[in-house]
Amino acid sequence: MIQKGTAKVAGYDVEKEPEKVRESIGIVFQELTLDRDMTVREILEYHGRLYSMPKTARQERIEELIKLVELEGKRDTLTRHLSGGMKRRLEIARGLMTRPKVLFMDEPTLGLDPQTRIRIWEYVKDINRQGTTIFLTTHYMDEADQLSDRISIIDHGKIIVTGKSWELKNALGQDLIYLESSDNAAASGLLKGLSSVKGIREKSKGIVVMVNVDGTYLLPEIMDLLRNGGIRVKAVNLKKPSMDDVFVHYTGREFRDEGAEKGSVAIVRAGRR
Amino acid sequence: MHTGFLTIYWRDMLRFVRFRTLLFASLVQPALWLAFFGIAMSNNFDRVTATLPVFPGVRSVNYLTFIGAGVIAMTTLFTSLFGGTVLLFDKNWGLMRETLSSPLPRIHIIIGIGLSGMTKSFIQASVIMGFGILLGVQFFEGYSPMQLLVSLLGIMLFVGIFSLGFLFLSAAIAISMESPEGMQAVITLLTMPFFFTSNALYPVSSFPPLLRALSTINPLTHLVSGIRYFAIGSDFSAIGIRYTYTQSDILVSFFALLAFAGIMFLIARWRFSKVTVT
Repeated sequence: MIQKGTAKVAGYDVEKEPEKVRESIGIVFQELTLDRDMTVREILEYHGRLYSMPKTARQERIEELIKLVELEGKRDTLTRHLSGGMKRRLEIARGLMTRPKVLFMDEPTLGLDPQTRIRIWEYVKDINRQGTTIFLTTHYMDEADQLSDRISIIDHGKIIVTGKSWELKNALGQDLIYLESSDNAAASGLLKGLSSVKGIREKSKGIVVMVNVDGTYLLPEIMDLLRNGGIRVKAVNLKKPSMDDVFVHYTGREFRDEGAEKGSVAIVRAGRR
Repeated sequence: MHTGFLTIYWRDMLRFVRFRTLLFASLVQPALWLAFFGIAMSNNFDRVTATLPVFPGVRSVNYLTFIGAGVIAMTTLFTSLFGGTVLLFDKNWGLMRETLSSPLPRIHIIIGIGLSGMTKSFIQASVIMGFGILLGVQFFEGYSPMQLLVSLLGIMLFVGIFSLGFLFLSAAIAISMESPEGMQAVITLLTMPFFFTSNALYPVSSFPPLLRALSTINPLTHLVSGIRYFAIGSDFSAIGIRYTYTQSDILVSFFALLAFAGIMFLIARWRFSKVTVT
């Protein structure tokens, strides 16, 4: 439901041409939405029929997709007897049944084991390579990083930043230096003056210094500066910014469960055609 | 013509045939009704009514024949009222989303569920008639093949329209309810008045006026009248009461059922238009 403004999907106005929009999109829902009492083939058949695909096109597509998601041996198995990963793969196949221009996936790897996740990622990349634009929402930052051409971070229902993975990470600086010292406030005061320091963020026990030069060379300089200022450094750590850091930076909080409801990452993968 | 309703029909029938126990139970249950209740009651009734004077020149049928039509009607009522339950399960399991987010017009869901439920009712009615005749139900006696064909078509027409009406009602309830338990309660509550204010098991002619008025607007009464007209004849006596059906009586019953099904369809369509995908 649009409250304000207009929206277009695959070139069709959501408000004025909802039927056209429905015909050009595929959806993979967050919860499993498979009829437990239908077979793999029937699930796909039902979906194709709902979208009025002609019979021969339907049958060809079913065979293609069963191959793509590697369920060849399970064609006539009831979905109640499939494993979690297989069900997800079947749902992805179903989302692709009608060759949608745009595929929406709502947390497709939620609750799956690491191997299955990686396999699903492979399918997602494959599908994308074949020219389907994919909108994928996820709470896994590594997933966003791996799969996306463009990432948008959504916080409290608003997109707060959009960009390619490296652009978002670079915005945080080239490296992140974590410091615990005898006086964190004084330390950040001292370091703020350095031209190579982009910003400083406070953590519960220490500070994170974002730097826009190679941290390995800057770190000795920082240590000297703090020692001369009479501050004793207790712990130090240097790392490259990850998508987790990007998320924390933009939403201003750690990625915890209570925050998870409000903050999520939407990935926009542009189909290359 | 858009044939999307066939997709819904196909899926529902697939599940019906797949669950052998469910299929078996739905066919055996009405037969048991006829076998136990029918035979037990008919022995009692036939003994009591044996002493009543007979109408000269009017064909007299036994009680089993009398309630044979009632059991067909009752089974159709129960099956149809529960026929929409699948929609409630679909809604609760998230399966409905797939259908609702597709380009399929929602009206096709109602029609598809209606047609598959109607098919189930046809199968059940045929089984009861066949089994009933084996048990001694005097249906179609002395009919020529042509008369038999017309009678069967007539019965199926009445059963079909009646079941559609209750399936639409069931679909409307299912799509508006949250829990299967709640739906079960509502349906059980609904079946009682329909069942007991009808002429399915006993004659309504000695009802008090209010009950008789209720029985006149009860779709079940019209279905039972229709089945008796086609299966037994336009003039017969049972339990010491003479039944005559004119063609216009049956036409009125037919239109009453048609009106009922039409109203239920509109209600179902209205309830479905309120459903949103979340």
